[in-house]
Amino acid sequence: MDNTAEVQDREDSLKGVGCSRKRKEDARFVQGTGRYTDDLKLPGMLFADMVRSPYAHARIKSINKEKALALPGVHAVLTAEDLKPLNLHWMPTLAGDVQAVLADEKVHFQYQEVAVVIADDRYIAADAIELVEVEYEELEVLVDAHRAMDDDAPILREDLVGKMDGAHSTRVHNNHIFNWQAGEKEATDRVFEQAEVTVKQDMYYPRVHPCPMETCGCVASFDKINEHLTVHLTSQAPHIVRTVVSMLSGIPESRIRIVSPDIGGGFGNKVGIYPGYVVSIVASIVLGVPVKWVEDRMENISTTAFARDYHMTGEIAADKEGRIKALRVNVLADHGAFDACADPSKFPAGLMHICTGSYDVPVAHLNVDGVYTNKAPGGVAYRCSFRVTEAVYVIERTMDVLAQKLGIDKAEIRRRNFVKVEQFPYKTCLGWELDSGDYHTALEKVLNAVDYDALRKEQQEKRTQGELMGIGLCTFTEIVGAGPSRNCDILGVGMFDSAEIRVHPTGSVMARMGTITQGQGHQTTYAQIIASELGISSDEISIEEGDTDTAPYGLGTYGSRSTPVGGAATAVAARKIRAKAQKIAAHLLEVSENDLEWEVDRFKVKGVPGQEKTMKEVAWAAYNNVPEGMEPGLEAVDYYDPPNFTYPFGIYLCVLDIDKSTGETKVRRFYALDDCGTRINPMIIEGQIHGGLTEGFAVAMGQEMPFDEQGNLLGNTLMDYFVPTFVETPHWETDYTVTPSPHHPLGAKGVAESPHVGSIPCFTSAIVDAFAHLDVTHMDMPHSAYRVWQKVHELGLDKRA
Amino acid sequence: MIPSEFEYHKATSIQDAIAQLGAHEDAKLLAGGHSLLPMMKLRFAEPPHLIDINGIEELRGIRLEGDTICIGAMTTENELIHSEILQQHCPLLVEAARLVADPQVRNRGTIGGDVAHGDPGNDHPAVMLALDATFVLHGPGGERQQAANGFFLGTYWNDLQEHEILVELRVPVIKKGVGHGYSKLKRKTGDYAVAGSPVVIELDGEVCRDIRIALTNVAPMAIRAEAAENILRGKVIDDALIEQAAAEVLAACDPAEDLRGDVLYKSHMAAEMARRSIRAALLQARG
Ligand SMILES: Cc1cc2nc3c(=O)[nH]c(=O)nc-3n(C[C@H](O)[C@H](O)[C@H](O)COP(=O)(O)OP(=O)(O)OC[C@H]3O[C@@H](n4cnc5c(N)ncnc54)[C@H](O)[C@@H]3O)c2cc1C
Repeated sequence: MDNTAEVQDREDSLKGVGCSRKRKEDARFVQGTGRYTDDLKLPGMLFADMVRSPYAHARIKSINKEKALALPGVHAVLTAEDLKPLNLHWMPTLAGDVQAVLADEKVHFQYQEVAVVIADDRYIAADAIELVEVEYEELEVLVDAHRAMDDDAPILREDLVGKMDGAHSTRVHNNHIFNWQAGEKEATDRVFEQAEVTVKQDMYYPRVHPCPMETCGCVASFDKINEHLTVHLTSQAPHIVRTVVSMLSGIPESRIRIVSPDIGGGFGNKVGIYPGYVVSIVASIVLGVPVKWVEDRMENISTTAFARDYHMTGEIAADKEGRIKALRVNVLADHGAFDACADPSKFPAGLMHICTGSYDVPVAHLNVDGVYTNKAPGGVAYRCSFRVTEAVYVIERTMDVLAQKLGIDKAEIRRRNFVKVEQFPYKTCLGWELDSGDYHTALEKVLNAVDYDALRKEQQEKRTQGELMGIGLCTFTEIVGAGPSRNCDILGVGMFDSAEIRVHPTGSVMARMGTITQGQGHQTTYAQIIASELGISSDEISIEEGDTDTAPYGLGTYGSRSTPVGGAATAVAARKIRAKAQKIAAHLLEVSENDLEWEVDRFKVKGVPGQEKTMKEVAWAAYNNVPEGMEPGLEAVDYYDPPNFTYPFGIYLCVLDIDKSTGETKVRRFYALDDCGTRINPMIIEGQIHGGLTEGFAVAMGQEMPFDEQGNLLGNTLMDYFVPTFVETPHWETDYTVTPSPHHPLGAKGVAESPHVGSIPCFTSAIVDAFAHLDVTHMDMPHSAYRVWQKVHELGLDKRA
Repeated sequence: MIPSEFEYHKATSIQDAIAQLGAHEDAKLLAGGHSLLPMMKLRFAEPPHLIDINGIEELRGIRLEGDTICIGAMTTENELIHSEILQQHCPLLVEAARLVADPQVRNRGTIGGDVAHGDPGNDHPAVMLALDATFVLHGPGGERQQAANGFFLGTYWNDLQEHEILVELRVPVIKKGVGHGYSKLKRKTGDYAVAGSPVVIELDGEVCRDIRIALTNVAPMAIRAEAAENILRGKVIDDALIEQAAAEVLAACDPAEDLRGDVLYKSHMAAEMARRSIRAALLQARG
C-alpha cells in the first residue's frame, strides 16, 4: 500500500523547514498592538532629555543649570561633573576606546550630549534643556579624514595625548586610532611590479545612517528595596547590555534584567550602548523612580551609530586575459570622535578582509588606518556583517574597472576569476575558508533570465542615439554568522549563540533564544526549525526572545547571525531532545533504540508496520514513564559555537536609464539571485530580500550625511535623508539557487543582509556603466539626480542644439 | 521636537478670528498646521498664541461663479484634487496639488496656508501667479482684493497686512485655446521642489496671445519669468523659441544652494521644468 501521500500530509501539517508559513508577528503589528519601548509607562516615571552641543569642536567654559532647575517639574540636571564621582562620565566602547557619556570639558561633535535633564514629562524636559546655559569656546574643526594625520591637524582627543599604544596597534598621530593589515604586503607588491596590467580606483563610501523607523530609547527602573535594575531598551544584543551594565554599575548580573521588547527595526543602529541609556540608568538609581529616554529623529540620525565613511582605494594586478594576480586595498576609515565601531574585538575594520570577494585571488594585501574626526561615533554594520558592504563594494568596483581597462565584458571577467565549484571549501589568501558556492551556475542563470546579450545590444543602439542606459552587475560573496569564538568575541564574550527548548507534557513547545528579532520573523522561522526536527506543528511552538531573565545568554541579532548561529543552536538543541525521545520511544515500544527509525513526527520500529510512537505520545511519557535511571522531562539547551562563518552569495543585475535633462534615474529592471543555502521560509526570505534591496537602493541613490566645514551635519531630517517609499522603490525580481553550507546543521547560511551588501555596488556599476563609453570608471555615491546631472553636465551631454 | 508653550484659541467665524488676532499679541493662525507646526517643533517659530481657523465653515469649499472659481482658503490639497469643478475648469490646480508633499500632508494642508506662509518651496504661490489669481482678504478694516501678481514679496514675506486673513482665492476657468502645464522636479515623495514651473498659455489660432511662466523654489519667493514670457508672447511657439525662453528662465533664477542642488543645477532644472510645462500647455491649448 502506498502511504507516501499520508506521510506528505503529515509533513505538510508541521509547517516546518521549506514552508512559506505566514509570519506569526504580523497579526499584532498590523493591528497596532506591537509593544515598543516607548509604549511602556511605569508609575512615577520621569523623562530624560539631552542638552546637545551646537558646535562640532569646542571647549566647555561653563554650564549653568540654575534656570533649568528652577523650572517646576525638573528633578535634576546632570553633567559630566556629576557623573565623575561614579566614574561614569566616560564609558568603554565595543572597539576598545572610551566615549564621553556627557561631554567632559570638550565637545567633539555637533549634537554631542552635554547635559541631561530629568523632568516630570517630556514637555517640561524639552523646555528645560533650553534653559541650561552652556558657554563654549570654539576650536578648529576636523571634518576631512584625509587631513586627520597632518602635522598641523587640530588635536581632538586630549585624553589620549601621549598614549600611543592603541587598542589595536601603535598610534602614529594623536588623531590616529589604529593601523590594521591583512595578507602579504611584500609578495603583493612584487606581483604588482611585474604585472601585465594594473588598475587603481579611489572611491568614497559615504557616511550613512541605518535610520530604523523606531529610534533608540529605554526605560530604566531601579528598585531600591530589592536593589534590582530592570531596563527595557531598544537593543539588538540585550545580554551584552546586561554584562556591560553590570560591569559599569557594579550591580551583579543576577539583579539586572534587560528586556528588548518589540523593536521597530535595528539595522545595526541598536547594537551599541548609548549615553542616553547610561544616564537614564544613573538617574533611576539616584532618584529611585523609572526614567524614560527616547531619541527624536534628528537625534537618531545625528548621534546614535552611523555606518561606513570609508575612503578606499582598490588595486588589481592581472594578466592580459583579465585573470587576477594580486589585490591591494587601502582604506582610510573615518570613525568619528570616539571609536565606537561594533565589530568583533580582534577586527578593528570588521571582516574587511573578505575583500577578495568571489574570486580566486592568489595574493592580497589590505591596509586600514582608522582616524578620529569631529563627527559622531559609530561605525556599525548597517544591514551587513561588519564592513562586508565596504569589502564587497571595493572588490566589485575594482573588478568593473579592470574589465573596462581590458575591454572585457564585466560578466566575462567574473567568469574567468570566480572560485570554481570544485575548489570549495576554498581558502582565501586573506585567511577565510569559503564553505560552499557555485558562482558560475548562478551567473549563467541570471544572464539567461535577463537576456544579457540582448541588453548589451540595446545599450549599443542607445549609445549611438546619445541616450544613457546602464547595466550593472554584482557577483558578491558575504561572510555572515559571526562567529567562531576562536576569532570572534565582543568584550571578551565568545560569539556563540543559544537556544533552550522545552517540550510540554501535551506536546506543545516553548523555546527561547539568545538572539532578538527586529523584523526578521524569528517567531516564525525558529518554530519551523523545531517543527521539522521534532515533528510537532510549528503552530504549537512558541518562541520568546529578548528578556535576559528567561532567555539563555546570546550575543544577539546583527550581521545575519541568527540563522547561522542561533538557528544552528536551535537545531542542535532539538536534536538533543529527539535523541532523548528516541530512548523513551524505545522504552515504550520495548525495543532497542537502534531498531527505531524516524518518520516526520514519529518513531517506527523498523520492518514492523503499526509499531510506532508519535512525538506527542513520547512527550507525555517523558513526564510519567521514562526508562529507569533517566531523568524525567523533555528539554534541552544548546550553546552553539560555529566552526566557521557561512558564505551566502548572490548575482545581481540592474538595468537603468538616465534622464539627461534632470539626472533622474529609472531602474528598469533589478534581478537578484540569492543563494543562502537551505531555505527555511521562502516567503520570509523574499521579504527580507525586498527590504534589503530597498535599503540598498536608498544608500546607493540618496542616503548621505554631509557635513560642512564647521562640522555641522546638513541632512538630519527625513526631508533630506532618503528613506524610499514604495513610490520611489523599483520593482524587484528575485531568484535563487541552493548550495547548502556543509557545516551548518541545516545547511542554512543567513540572507537578510545579502540584498543590501550586493545591491549597492550593483547600482553604482549600472550608473557608471551608463557613462562607461565616455571613459568614466567610477562615480561616488549617492547617485542622486543632482550628482548624476553634474556628471552629465561636466561631459556636456546636456548641450542643446 | 516639542514646541515651546503656547495658548490655543478656537475661532468661530472670520470676524472672530480677526478679533482674536487683535486681542492676542504675536498670535498666528493655525490652518492645516503642516508648515507652522514643523517650525514650532524645531522652535524656529514660538508663537505664544494659536488661533485655530479649522472650525470656520465659510472658509471651506469650491464654487463656480460665472467664469471664476472661488476657492475657500481652508480647502485642503486633497479636496482640490477631488474637486470636479477644478478637474473640469482648472486642471493646473489639480495637477499641482497632486505633487504637493505626501498623502498625509495633503489631507490637512490647505491652499490658503500654502499661499500665506511665504515659503518659496511651496507650490501654490507660483501656480497662483500663472493663473493670474485674485485673493480676497479680510482684516480689521474690512475686505479687499489683491492680485497674486505683486502679493509675494520675499521669503516669509507677503502683502498680508496686520491681522488680515486670506479668505478666498479666485482663479479663472480654463477656456478654449487656453492650456495649462505643471512640471515639478523633486527628490522623492514628500519633498519640496528642486524646481517647479506652472505655465498658462492662451492661443489665438497658432499665435501665443498671452503666456505666464511662473517658477517655484528658485528665488526668495515665487516669481514670474517675464523675459521668457516676452520671447513667446505674440509668436508662433516652436522649439527654437522654447529654447530661447528656457535660457531666459535660467537667467531669472536666484536659488539658494542646499542639499537639493547648487545654483547651477537648480537654475537648469527650472529651465527644464519650464520647457516641459510650455510643451504640455501648448498641447492642451491646441486642443
Ligand atoms: C513633509 C512636508 C512636505 C511638504 N511639501 C510641500 C510641497 O511639496 N509643496 C508645497 O506647496 N507645500 C509643501 N508642504 C507644506 C504644506 O503644503 C503646508 O500644508 C502648507 O505650506 C501650509 O498650509 P497649512 O494649511 O498646513 O498652513 P499652516 O501650517 O497652518 O500655516 C502656515 C502659515 O500660514 C498662515 N495662515 C494659514 N492660513 C491662513 C489664512 N487663511 N490667512 C492668513 N494666514 C494664514 C499661518 O498663520 C502660518 O503662518 C510640505 C509640508 C510638509 C510637512
